[in-house]
Amino acid sequence: MWSRDRWQEMFYTLRKNKLRTTLSGFTVALGIFIFVVLFGFGNGLKNSFEQFFVDDSTNSIWLYPGQTEKPYRGYKAKRRIIFKNDDLADIKQNFSFFIDYITPRISRGALVKYAKESNNYTIRAVAPGHQFAEKTMVTDGRYINERDVKEKTKYATIGRLVEKDLFGNKPALGKNINVGGISFKVIGVFKDAGGDNEERLIYIPYTTRQQIEKSNDRVDQIMVAFKPELGYAGAMAFEKKLNTFMRKKHNIAPSDRGGIYVRNVADEFRQTQNIGSVLQYVVLFIGIGTLLAGIIGISNIMVFVVKERTKELGIRKAIGATPKSIVGMILQESVFITAIAGYAGLLAGVGTLALIGDSLEDYFITNPYIDTIEAIGATVILVIFGAIAGYIPARRAAKIKPIIALRDE
Amino acid sequence: MALTRYTNQGIYANAYFTMIEIKELHKSYSMGKSTLHVLKGINFNVAEGEMVAIMGSSGSGKSTLLNILGMLDVAEEGTYNLDGKVIKDLDETKAAIYRNKFLGFVFQSFNLISYKTALENVMLPLYYQKISRKERQKSAQKYLEDVGLGPWASHHPNELSGGQKQRVAIARALVSEPKVLLADEPTGALDTKTSYELMDLLQKINDAGKTLLIVTHELDIANMCKRIVHLRDGVIVEDKKVNQVKASQYVE
Repeated sequence: MWSRDRWQEMFYTLRKNKLRTTLSGFTVALGIFIFVVLFGFGNGLKNSFEQFFVDDSTNSIWLYPGQTEKPYRGYKAKRRIIFKNDDLADIKQNFSFFIDYITPRISRGALVKYAKESNNYTIRAVAPGHQFAEKTMVTDGRYINERDVKEKTKYATIGRLVEKDLFGNKPALGKNINVGGISFKVIGVFKDAGGDNEERLIYIPYTTRQQIEKSNDRVDQIMVAFKPELGYAGAMAFEKKLNTFMRKKHNIAPSDRGGIYVRNVADEFRQTQNIGSVLQYVVLFIGIGTLLAGIIGISNIMVFVVKERTKELGIRKAIGATPKSIVGMILQESVFITAIAGYAGLLAGVGTLALIGDSLEDYFITNPYIDTIEAIGATVILVIFGAIAGYIPARRAAKIKPIIALRDE
Repeated sequence: MALTRYTNQGIYANAYFTMIEIKELHKSYSMGKSTLHVLKGINFNVAEGEMVAIMGSSGSGKSTLLNILGMLDVAEEGTYNLDGKVIKDLDETKAAIYRNKFLGFVFQSFNLISYKTALENVMLPLYYQKISRKERQKSAQKYLEDVGLGPWASHHPNELSGGQKQRVAIARALVSEPKVLLADEPTGALDTKTSYELMDLLQKINDAGKTLLIVTHELDIANMCKRIVHLRDGVIVEDKKVNQVKASQYVE
């Protein structure tokens, strides 16, 4: 079946019928190309959604203080709620069973100087647990630790880009930087997957910040990380309990929509995951749709090709071609064309995706890609259907009596 | 019997090796409700080395007869023996192999494959005999030279005249060294002069020992054969030997 002679005959036929070869090849290549590009875009869209969460851990609940909207227990409405250190302690004490770690966050902007370089950065005053909440990766030195918090040290862990901005290519570790007029020693440098903005942050102990601000004990936000083994339902129950506890403590009406705002990352993550899986279906649908269009395209071409060759096939039969050899010939040609053209379309599609790269990030398409297996699978499916699409008319052509095929029109 | 292969002139055909033998051949085509009875019991033998013209007006069944002889069509009734083999209930594959081995076809409209050169067209039957490319090329070139088209080997059909195309078709029919050459109106698309040149070629092929069956409705062409079988309305009305008119006298 795969003799050299047969290949020669096939190549000869393909060469001599360039239009037909190009036409069918083009359909297949285009089908695969569109499939790869669309599928890649779909994956890019999914990537964008996932990236919103890569730099944050998903087991955290954020508590933000706000204004009350309702009077309650003798307190007037529009009262500003303030979190303090004792809130941290109370939560820790009452929910120790649920909690992995807890950290406050106080954010301030400040002009930061080193030698002749200076820039404005956000300074986050935190507890050690914050490192896990933001998935901060310390590349050099260390993060803020419990002792720093206890002793209110003037230590800072700075972002990679802060180091780059202020120190150029020299290491910042051990150097002193001027943060809003106060000298801090750099004890660590970190990376963050969340992008440039996350790497232009400076972390200091929250107690140090409190001391700078007239020795108060206020915190801006509280982040509570629950134990991952709680699961989604457990996390939701915990969030509710925590909310109730804090409202009671701060005398906020249970029905008040203000006062305290709670952001449960687990819940958001789940919602986004739902969107992600919807996107997955959309991508799948697009993929199947384009493939189907490609298959229909090939089938049409094959019917046309066989129809066009009816007379030639009749001649071949009259001079001794068996039906098997006719079917084999058409199949071999169609499989060959679809495989080669499919491969070309695949390369073109993957190349296009690589070329696009991250240039469409603003349109929520991040790093569009297609799995090798998916791409090859699609090509193989197209080749198989191309063969089936070729086989049916080929068999019919092989069955046609030569006299009918040769009948003069 | 071996002798008959070399003595083929002027003697009663039946006395020699019978190449084609058909008995009580019937064929009808159904056209919706009505059936058209095309062949109504044909009895007819052809000996090896004969050159037979099958004549008849259109609708007389002559082309149908040729198609059945060529295994391009099947009869409903009757027997058909070719070179001693019973041709019956052939599946497509077997029919294809028999056609390739025993028969050569020449059609009115040449039926060359347009994207192949003259040489490649002639090579094609050998391709289906799984003969090596080199061998194919060699014998195809030889047969092209036999029909006087050696220098035209690399030309495509659309670069050849009608007569030349038909010569290529004849070379293609002969290249597989068939037992019988079947020609369906081989001169139908050619002018008189070219027709005679072609008949001259066919006569020479016959003189070399090949059995020829030629369907025609032109009497002058039929008279260049050795025997004329006249068909009318699906039956043989006349079957006679004729004095062969040599085509060479019309060709300068």
